Amino acid sequence: MELNGGHIVWESLLREGVDVVFGYPGGSVIDLYDALLDYPIHHVLVRHEQGAAHAADGYARSTGKVGVCVATSGPGATNLVTGIATAYMDSVPMVAITGQVGMSVLGRDFFQEVDITGITLPITKHNYLVTDVHDLAPILKEAFYLARTGRPGPVLVDIPKNVQQAKAEFVYPDGIDSPGYRPSVRGNMRQVKMAAQLMNEATRPLIIAGGGVNRGGAWGELRSLMERYRAPVAMTLMGLGAFPENDPLSLGFIGMHGAASANHAADRADLIVAIGMRFSDRVTGKWSAWAPNAKIVHIDVDPAEIGKNIQPHVPIVGDVAHVLRQLSPLVEARTFEPWWDVIEVWKSEDRERDILSYETSELVPPYVIHRLSEITKGNALMVSDVGQNQMWEAQYYQHNRPRSLCTSGGLGTMGYAIPAAIGVQMGNPNDLVWVVAGDGGAQMTINQLGTIAQEKLPIKIAILNNSYLGMVRQWQEMFYCRRYCATPITSPDFVKVAEAYGIAGRMVACRDDVDEALQAAMDTPGPYVIEFRVKPEENVYPMVPAGQTVQDMIRRPRYNGPTLSEEAG
Amino acid sequence: MRHVIVALMEDKPGVLNRVASLFRRRNFNIDSLAVGHSETPGISRMTIVVAGDDRTLEQVAKQLHKLINVTKVFDLSGAESVERELALVKVHATPNNRTEVIELANIFRGSIIDVSPESLIIEITGTADKIDSLVELLRPYGVKELSRTGVLAIARG
Repeated sequence: MELNGGHIVWESLLREGVDVVFGYPGGSVIDLYDALLDYPIHHVLVRHEQGAAHAADGYARSTGKVGVCVATSGPGATNLVTGIATAYMDSVPMVAITGQVGMSVLGRDFFQEVDITGITLPITKHNYLVTDVHDLAPILKEAFYLARTGRPGPVLVDIPKNVQQAKAEFVYPDGIDSPGYRPSVRGNMRQVKMAAQLMNEATRPLIIAGGGVNRGGAWGELRSLMERYRAPVAMTLMGLGAFPENDPLSLGFIGMHGAASANHAADRADLIVAIGMRFSDRVTGKWSAWAPNAKIVHIDVDPAEIGKNIQPHVPIVGDVAHVLRQLSPLVEARTFEPWWDVIEVWKSEDRERDILSYETSELVPPYVIHRLSEITKGNALMVSDVGQNQMWEAQYYQHNRPRSLCTSGGLGTMGYAIPAAIGVQMGNPNDLVWVVAGDGGAQMTINQLGTIAQEKLPIKIAILNNSYLGMVRQWQEMFYCRRYCATPITSPDFVKVAEAYGIAGRMVACRDDVDEALQAAMDTPGPYVIEFRVKPEENVYPMVPAGQTVQDMIRRPRYNGPTLSEEAG
Repeated sequence: MRHVIVALMEDKPGVLNRVASLFRRRNFNIDSLAVGHSETPGISRMTIVVAGDDRTLEQVAKQLHKLINVTKVFDLSGAESVERELALVKVHATPNNRTEVIELANIFRGSIIDVSPESLIIEITGTADKIDSLVELLRPYGVKELSRTGVLAIARG
């Protein structure tokens, strides 16, 4: 059948299984939007295109499916850029569709014209400018295929207005023709055997699960491997949830603000098996001094990650789930008792220094997250913003489900959480979705409360308001002689803002009210905003300062404040 | 260390831009880059000369290969290969010193492809070093314009 370009887009998306897109209309996508009325695809109207990209990202991270966002040419397209870069850094499968001015005026600085394929070249896995309506369906086929296969990532398709209007016979291709694209699936068996041998010989192994385990759907394979190979498992920020944190083998979060025990384990390990991770500086600190005693096995789908930051002894390129299936039968059942004895000592010190053990009545952010984790039993879909709130969420929420944490790791995009949660809730309508954001990040994308209200999404939002851009303030306190430049920030009354959008909410300023507020949020149908007025100058501990080592780790000072009974007296 | 890398790529719009953008973004320094058709229709061949240690080179090759339109990448540095570059040099030459300049060109097996009262154009083919040497010798006469293709390379056998 002959269709115009606008219809071809939606026909193609239907065949890719898309039932929701996030977008914002404009002059260069009017034809595309006109055609949308004829299709059973739900369009979520965001309040700014950045939010469309973050929502598509949240949808993709939490479901494993490709997220789709749509924007018009010019400013619509450039507003997507931060969201596309966020998805690129964290390998999130996404297709971004942008309108472009017509081919006859392209290149003349026409109204709302911008070279978005040029702009997004370094932040997309691939991108296309569609110059002929006959290429449209094959390009969309390829875009979805590239976005979801191999190392996933965002793909942008820029469609000029006249291409949306032109007609062509619609045939959706079965496959793609791209001779240069052959992602590895199977690991080289010789390398797999070498890895198994190292694992069988190790006495102090550490398994690190990265975002690839979540993205590649390899949590089942990881769990079955760990049932016999009883080594400690740490997770990167992107890997949280890939292995349940309530499992006794879990050391939790590793890296700059990871658990001290996990970082000590990496430092002392004689073998590290890194699964689906890229040795980010936020995980390792100083590359040359990281894990000095360990042989390293690196499993990743992207050959370019092998040796980029850390040179492994045994590299295995392949799909993480597939490689783990190859590896498992070759690995012996082990328990590592002496190694666990050492780790338990580190863990007990973690607990002793934990702020939750302090006898204080102050409302500290870790307490809020801890209570949220307890009340939701680690089963909520969490969406965190960037900064201190993100680190506290990662430390104190016990993530027990795969793909249950969406957060901007690589790019560190403030303002990510609220719009991303829209996508998470759209993709998981029956799940409880909680946002954890700071007062800074929340104000960057607070406009998306409008989207949440319009879509009637029951997202629960916890804003940790410490009146500072907390992470930068912490660095200023620790490394810049407490010179607080541009970090004190005022906020509106968030509860009133929510109310203005027709969203319920309440403010909490003391510890005793936390549980009741969290419960009220979950008992209230629809969205809910809680503003927690937390202790202003609280720091995230422990901390391995940027570019340094475990030996330089800054621990939480031991508590010497008044006890609760002294305060009462 | 200097490496000669060859990349084969689909002849699609923007592919050169993708490669150039990649080098800038990954902080790789290109000494020279030459691109043209290969023996296969629809496939372009790019020859890139890049300096760096082994880790950098491995990254260059892997990152290039990650580009969707790139079909094959290989490093010719270790292999037996031949390299050639072509240059056109417009050099200042008056009737007084024209013979000297022509003699220099001849020593390097260059050819004179244009003569005007004030200048000559020399065409020279060879390795980058050979071209460098000729250009240095011509500088005292006044090199008015220099256009080099960048290195092309192909494995022997």
